[in-house]
Amino acid sequence: MSTRTEKIDALAKKAGHIGDDPGVSLTAAAWRRLRRNPVFLTGGVIVMAFVVLAILSPFIAPHDPAVPMLGDQVIKARNQIPPSQPGHPLGGDQVGRDLLSRLLVGSQQTLLVGVLATLIGLTGGLVLGTLAGALGGWVDTVVMRAVDIMLSIPGLLLAVSIGALFARPNIYTLIVAVATVQIPVFARLLRGTMLAQRHSDHVLAARALGVKPRAIVFRHMLPNSLGPVIVQSTLVLAISIIEAAGLSFLGLGNPDDRTPEWGQMLGTAQNVIDSHPQLAFWPAGCIIVVALGFTLMGESLREALDPKSRR
Amino acid sequence: MLRYTVRRLLQLVIVVGVLSLLLFAWLRSLPGGPVSALLGERATAATRARLTEELGLDQPIYVQYWKFLTRAASGDFGVSTGVQPGDSAMEIFLQRFPATLELSFLAIVIAIAVGIPLGYLAARRRGGLLDNMSIVGSLIGVAVPVFFFAFVLKQVFAVDLGWFPTAGRQTGGIDATRVTGFFILDGIITQEWDAAWDAIVHLILPAIALSSIPFSVIFRITRASVLDVLDEDFVRTAESKGLTTPVIRRRHVLRNAMLPVVTTIGLQTGALLAGAVLTEKVFAFPGIGQALAIGFERRDYPVLLLLIICAAGVFVLVNLLVDVSYALIDPRIRTMGGAR
Amino acid sequence: MALLEVRDLSVVFQRKGEEPFAAVDGVSFDVAPGQTVGLVGESGCGKSVTSMAIMGLLPKRGNKVTGSVKFEDTELLTLSDRQMRDRRGRDLGMVFQDPLSSLNPVIPIGLQVTEVLERHRDMSRKKAMVEAADLLNKVGIPDPRRRLTEYPHQLSGGMRQRALIAIALACKPRLLIADEPTTALDVTIQAQILALLADLVRDTDTALIMITHDLGVVAGLCDEVNVLYAGRVVERGSRHDLFAVPRHPYTHGLLASIPRLDAPKGERLSPIRGSVMDNIPWTSGCAFAPRCPNATDVCVEVTPTMESDPVGARNSERLLRCHNPVAQEVPA
Repeated sequence: MSTRTEKIDALAKKAGHIGDDPGVSLTAAAWRRLRRNPVFLTGGVIVMAFVVLAILSPFIAPHDPAVPMLGDQVIKARNQIPPSQPGHPLGGDQVGRDLLSRLLVGSQQTLLVGVLATLIGLTGGLVLGTLAGALGGWVDTVVMRAVDIMLSIPGLLLAVSIGALFARPNIYTLIVAVATVQIPVFARLLRGTMLAQRHSDHVLAARALGVKPRAIVFRHMLPNSLGPVIVQSTLVLAISIIEAAGLSFLGLGNPDDRTPEWGQMLGTAQNVIDSHPQLAFWPAGCIIVVALGFTLMGESLREALDPKSRR
Repeated sequence: MLRYTVRRLLQLVIVVGVLSLLLFAWLRSLPGGPVSALLGERATAATRARLTEELGLDQPIYVQYWKFLTRAASGDFGVSTGVQPGDSAMEIFLQRFPATLELSFLAIVIAIAVGIPLGYLAARRRGGLLDNMSIVGSLIGVAVPVFFFAFVLKQVFAVDLGWFPTAGRQTGGIDATRVTGFFILDGIITQEWDAAWDAIVHLILPAIALSSIPFSVIFRITRASVLDVLDEDFVRTAESKGLTTPVIRRRHVLRNAMLPVVTTIGLQTGALLAGAVLTEKVFAFPGIGQALAIGFERRDYPVLLLLIICAAGVFVLVNLLVDVSYALIDPRIRTMGGAR
Repeated sequence: MALLEVRDLSVVFQRKGEEPFAAVDGVSFDVAPGQTVGLVGESGCGKSVTSMAIMGLLPKRGNKVTGSVKFEDTELLTLSDRQMRDRRGRDLGMVFQDPLSSLNPVIPIGLQVTEVLERHRDMSRKKAMVEAADLLNKVGIPDPRRRLTEYPHQLSGGMRQRALIAIALACKPRLLIADEPTTALDVTIQAQILALLADLVRDTDTALIMITHDLGVVAGLCDEVNVLYAGRVVERGSRHDLFAVPRHPYTHGLLASIPRLDAPKGERLSPIRGSVMDNIPWTSGCAFAPRCPNATDVCVEVTPTMESDPVGARNSERLLRCHNPVAQEVPA
């Protein structure tokens, strides 16, 4: 009898039935899948490179991005801009500053714009959405109507209107304008997840056990909303950078361009785009690659965290 | 059905009402105050005084709001100070609105004509080369700022290759008769074929640039929707009946997959308007977008005020139409309360 | 001559990065014209996949089908997609489990019936509509003309399943496959649908393959029954023989686990211990061995083959795949 039982166990093990994974948490399982996902890896590499660049750029940039060292090569009347030359592989910009250095250091401001706008949007949306979703009732109705109204104005126009309120635009007005557009997006997302959880079994169980409402919100509901929030944040980061570029193009951006920022560089390059397209091409290329990186990460994260995913 | 529409219309009214309040507050918060904003720097003291009285700035705030509303209702948004100085804001709007409408319409048509078939094919051959390339393409479409894409199009096809004009809506030399303000339509109505063709040629590049925004979204939603429908049981039933692939595709897959896509198309109109601001600037296309761009640059608040109200109004209206049409398309909603 | 001959049918699923899995592992059975054959087994035993393989409805990628499926002497597995499409609906019909999700929600019922008629019998829309009304009437749907323009969500569950049966039988196929047609329905409706199926196939002399996990369904309907376990047929016999003299321990266990009204009060239920997941590969012995009360050492060493079983044969041929079948006394 025992040899047969042992044999059965051995055969079953060979067939892969015994010794299966013990249960893994949703996030651990998702992370395992992500690690092997080429889309996620590509996006992740781009984002990491971007962040590293932003941190290290002041040290690795060959020249000071604010100094117009090639100024004597700029002849406005004849529309000449310093070309590529030894020591300046990308040439200079309209004022004579080294383009490569400006590009490298520009990653800092661009990252700042993206991160700050996303954080502000996220915080604002978090507060509004949590209030609406957790409290429900008339608070929910009022907040969501307000959100709907904000969403009824196309994003760029809303950002432009807010930018117009400031007499003197600078980088922070730009960030605020972009961030404000993202607040309703996060608010709606958070409210959705909170609402879905309010009626879920685990919240019901917590309430039955007498857990205080504030603890329920912070320790049970918010952590479960983390997944979609992270996904949305990566996407919003990409969107913020692009919207900021659009606003700079329209003239809202920081007029002081000694500190370079890619969107702003792209905006000012429009004047000379016919004769010197490279001034627009380089910052645009950087924006596109970075935005793509965040978007790839966000999309693969979304698919990994979706329990109904097709894999 | 009727109750539903009425309820949505009421919501529309409320939203417009709140929007007007917000805009009123916005106007009052502009740097320099509403009078400076509306008249610009160079107005005389007399004009200022007159406007101050018109706006009721010396009176309680609810009176101001009332005057704001009545002025708006009568179409008086003041005179442009930057975009087309001297013209009334309403006139500028009426002139430019058909242009942007033509442009947006063509952009959406392009986005649908390319996005939906591509989305279907990508879903059918999931994981194949077409699928992966299209997904990457749509992601790039989102990552590329639309004004940069417009630049590139202009540079390559208009400047370098000379296939298309670089700017404007109609070539200066052509003397076209205006009927509706929609140049293509006018050309057809008056049988001035060269004028109509000229207008089309001017629209193509900006429309392609503008379509990149809705295209990405329409493609992705179509693909996701078709993938969902392909897994449905009723598609398996259709296959078990031995129906031909074209019939299954048309009657079973697409008819069900298109429901969420239609909603998305409606939502894209908002993004289109934002994109139009940037695209029209690049192509110097005399539409509302260009007016907004210039208006913002030169702080032309009368024009900005009117255009923003219109943009929001159009967007809300389109969403209402989409909601209602969804109810018409999906028989489950249409026959609410059917016999069971 | 058999209408349908299935020989050694195997379906192996292979997903990226996973072990290949044989959902169907060498299934053979016949269906005679006008006969009702049952495929019985627990979820996961491969009965649905078998039917999908016969109909050619498995996805194009991710699986490998081997063996032979001969319908009226034509090998189905080697037919092209177009050739198979011609046969589906016309010669072979299928009814699925969930009637609501099996119907297209956005087109009227009438159209879903007429499209089969238009496709295979080249009928005009007008004539097809008349025929459709007649079909709906035959399956017992009241006021059929009105139903033609209604949508699936406007019908009750029982009516939807009747409509699906009408659709499957519209072109008078010689073979109908019903995959758990009553599982998603209320118990009272179940009986009606089964009775309907029995009447229809008898009136039209259609062969029926009935796929189910419910022995009650089998008992009332099938002429011959195949019991499946882990992708293979383990026992076959006529309905009467199988229920009177179950020989395979699995079949015996299934029958013994049914609660009975006449059991003494307080008597415990006797389920089969373990679950479907507790199996060993057929190549190493008998897949049922880990759960089998009769298992001996030979069961984990030698793969049992399908053999003729004279002990269990009362008034039909019996086939059995077992080293240690249930001992049987001759019933009184």
